[in-house]
Amino acid sequence: MSGRGFSGVAAIAGIGATEFSKDSGRSEWQLACECVLAALEDAGIGVPEVDGFALFTMENNPEIAVARALGIPELTFFSRIPHGGGGACAPVQQAAMAVSTGIAEVVVVYRAFNERSGHRFGAGPPKFAYSPSTDQEYRNWINPYGLLTPAQQEAFLAREYMRKYGATSADFGQVSVLSRKHAANNPRAWYYQRPITIADHQSSRMIADPLRLLDCCQESDGGQALVVVSTERARDLRRPPAVIRAAAQGVGPQQISMSSYSRSEIERLPEVGVVAKQLWRQSGLRPAELDAAVLYDAFTPMVLLQLEEYGFCGVGEAKDFIADGHLEVDGRLPMNTHGGQLGEGYIHGVNGIAEGVRLIRGGSTNQPAKRVDSVLVTGGSPVPHSAIVLGTDG
Amino acid sequence: MSHQSTAVPPLIITEDNRFWFAAAEQGWLAIQRCTRCHTLRHPPAPCCARCQSFEWDTIESSRRANLCSYTVIHHPRDTAFDYPLVVGLVDLPEGIRLVADIVGIEPDELVAGMELDVTFAEHAHGAVLPRLTRPEVWR
Ligand SMILES: [Zn+2]
Repeated sequence: MSGRGFSGVAAIAGIGATEFSKDSGRSEWQLACECVLAALEDAGIGVPEVDGFALFTMENNPEIAVARALGIPELTFFSRIPHGGGGACAPVQQAAMAVSTGIAEVVVVYRAFNERSGHRFGAGPPKFAYSPSTDQEYRNWINPYGLLTPAQQEAFLAREYMRKYGATSADFGQVSVLSRKHAANNPRAWYYQRPITIADHQSSRMIADPLRLLDCCQESDGGQALVVVSTERARDLRRPPAVIRAAAQGVGPQQISMSSYSRSEIERLPEVGVVAKQLWRQSGLRPAELDAAVLYDAFTPMVLLQLEEYGFCGVGEAKDFIADGHLEVDGRLPMNTHGGQLGEGYIHGVNGIAEGVRLIRGGSTNQPAKRVDSVLVTGGSPVPHSAIVLGTDG
Repeated sequence: MSHQSTAVPPLIITEDNRFWFAAAEQGWLAIQRCTRCHTLRHPPAPCCARCQSFEWDTIESSRRANLCSYTVIHHPRDTAFDYPLVVGLVDLPEGIRLVADIVGIEPDELVAGMELDVTFAEHAHGAVLPRLTRPEVWR
């Protein structure tokens, strides 16, 4: 199984977003429609040409509602990937497979919500947690003891990582500082022109020790959409294609949502390793050949763990890799140049895919001076994971 | 400690896990065991991940735990708990892991590997579930 069947065959031809705010003042449905229209406009593709939607769960806007509101006459492909932000990049894989097999020609990916002004994601379990099913049964083993939010559930991993490799809270804080530095230069970012220091991070209140407030991403209102078509078609459109060089999903051994605690090394992310090896095989690239990365940063420790699982540095060495400046705009692997979800907005990773496209187009507000031919974009962890590699055409 | 507005979801009791919560109500810590290959598993599942047998029974844990990792929760707060709330992940000598709240030990006393006892106490919605406490006697 080479998995190279769709590598390079499909591309992201358009990106579009609403503003990222704390109170959008309009419905989630409207946000979805607005960002889809913006992405189609960016691509130069008409509404009636859309024939597919690829989404991931915890999306509140049904594809048929968006299709009906926009007047899209027919859909031939629609799918949803489970596990929320872990699946953030998987819809791009779905779209690429649909386009490369001829099942659909124009597949739109969107994420739109009022997650700050509406139901707050970080406040406690989501509404579906209260429906008794095998899907939610895993909560029996964590929720009754007080582990109710993702930050609390990830704290065990972060503490064990610190104990094992000597990482500190300030090492996690490096990610926050870098993200806010990038966001400060991005007018779309909620934290535009509001950088922070390590001291700010260290004095931010403890949420779930060792995670501090500034280790946690924001809660945002907003929408982000992407348009996937064949690379051949994309070449005739108004923007340079961001070619989908690789796209993968992954589940590791004894996987449980947010709480794979029976694994011998809880601070490792084997599901990320499953994705990484597929990406390198599909794209023919090695980690050192990637020009930039957009890593899912709901919580800072997961950025360190991902850097290691993807092979950008050795296990336990991420803190030094960051301290050495490799993730800066002029570094070896510029990371989260939009400011990440810590700084720009938390659109469950889809805004990160848009930044990957901008980096390939050469249009990030923090565009590196070097040539950017390949960018890794990842979904969330520690849940079933997904990621893509975007590349320039040619 | 009011349970009226807790966000803790009620237990989801299924045919796969009923035995475990029934045992907990009686104050004993059950561990599911494959009767074919004797592999222990937790959390419960209908099938043995090693030999795929659906046949199983249970053993009773010694309840002598060692702390693997922990967190001290400050925010957000739920009415079912007192804060700061310490929650631990422990290794049981039988070779499985368990999550439970830690009571009676200050956060700065916590250290990986320390010994803890699994006891039982009432939790949200009146459920009797494990709780981690200081060992009663030096062992
Ligand atoms: Zn067995």
